[in-house]
Parts: sequence; structure tokens; C-alpha cells
Amino acid sequence: MLTSQFLLLGAILFCIGVYGVIARKNAVLVLMSIELILNSVNINLLAFALRNGSADGHTFALYIIAVAAAEVGVGLAMVLLIYRNRRSIGLDELSEMRG
Amino acid sequence: MFAAELLVAQNIGFAVIALAMIVGALRVVTTNNVVHAALWLVVVLSGAAAQYVLLAAEFVAITQVLVYIGAVMVLFLFGTMLTRARIGTERDLNNTYWRLGIPVAGVLFAAMAIALASSFGDEQLPKEPRVIGVQEISDQIFGPYLLPFWALSFVLLAAIIGAIVLARKD
Repeated sequence: MLTSQFLLLGAILFCIGVYGVIARKNAVLVLMSIELILNSVNINLLAFALRNGSADGHTFALYIIAVAAAEVGVGLAMVLLIYRNRRSIGLDELSEMRG
Repeated sequence: MFAAELLVAQNIGFAVIALAMIVGALRVVTTNNVVHAALWLVVVLSGAAAQYVLLAAEFVAITQVLVYIGAVMVLFLFGTMLTRARIGTERDLNNTYWRLGIPVAGVLFAAMAIALASSFGDEQLPKEPRVIGVQEISDQIFGPYLLPFWALSFVLLAAIIGAIVLARKD
């Protein structure tokens, strides 16, 4: 197996996730795209862990999974709150903080 | 001889799983149905777990299945159910300027592909990788990375309390 095939897969997933964050309006779908990005980073970390024979990549990947779980929890709580107040989770309608 | 066959099998497995992941990821960002997007995301996350097994990271793969497919997807489905009255196809899931994302992602991918090709090229992963067991990972977490572990515990605690406070009705 080549090193670059895993890194390339990570790059593809990362770019798809970036496209999703830019293109999507629904807040839940934007959170899903962020999950794609975090998973691509994990694939990269584990590929380098195998390449260098080091356990650091595994540790970082586990930490990223934990942070992603916390992020989804808070993110969906915020989405629920916004939906309750505005009956919509379109990100383009949230303009209160515009200067 | 046997090792060569194993490597071929690994490459075929990688190609099949990677193809499924890419198709799933594309469907996540293009489908018009939020529930379908969540289910396609399950395909991508399962594929990522399989790739972790290919990368000799069994413990991370199991954690991925437990945390992502078990917990995060349930959160997503609950979030979808609680924020939408009906389940089905929706019209306006995309921004008006969604086409802007295509050149951004394309340029980003071109830059990363060029950087990868020039720095790694056709470098092989080690044929006989050092097996990293759970014991070594725990030695890492509770040894040199203990402080980030504590910080992460506080992050999770703050996230739990924050989520309860935000979602509470009063």
C-alpha cells in the first residue's frame, strides 16, 4: 500500500466536506460536512501513524473523535434553540450579528 | 508470495471501500433529503472505520463505530426529527451561491494533490508494520498526553452542561 493513497483519500473527503460547508444552508447538513472533514483528518493521522510506527497518531485520532462528539452535541443543541426561536435553521437567515 | 497476495487483497479492499466512501460523501453534500444525508454519512463513517482497520488501528476503528455510528448518528437523526415537521425531500437546502463551493473545493484538492504527489510520490507503507496495541495507546494517553486528556474531559463536561442549558425549555 502506498502512503499517498490514504492521504489522497483524506484530501478528497476534506474537499467534499469543504464544498458541503460552503454550499449547504441547512445547519444540520453543515454539521455533517464538518464530520466529513474531521474523518478525513483522522485517516491522515492514522496513515502517518502506520508510516512512522508511532502511537501518537492513534492518540490524536481518539482525541479528535471525542472533540467531534462534543461539537456535535453543542452544535445540535444550538440548532434546536435556533429552530425553537425562529422556526427555521437556514444559516442565511441568521443576521442579528451583522454589523 | 503470500505477502504479495495479501498486499493485492489490501489494495483491492482499499479501492472498494474508498470508492464507497467517496460516493457516500458526494451524496451527503448533494442529496435533497436530510435523513438520506444522515444515512449516507453512515456509509462514509463505516468506510472510515474499515480504512482504520486496514491502517492497523483496530482500537480507533472500534471507537469510531461506537462513538460515530452509535452516538453521533443518533444525535443527527434526533436533530433532524426535532427541527423539521415532515420527513422528505426539501427544496432550499443549498445556498443561493452554492456553485462557489465547486471551484473552492477543486482548487483546494488540486493544491493538496500536487503537494502529496511531490512529497510522497510512490512511497510504500512499511510491509511489516509495528503493531500498536491498546496498552501502548493508553500509555500515551495517561503518560505524555495526560494534560490534553484532562482538558478534553473538561471540554466534554462543558459540552454536556452547555447542551442541557441550551436545549432546556423554560
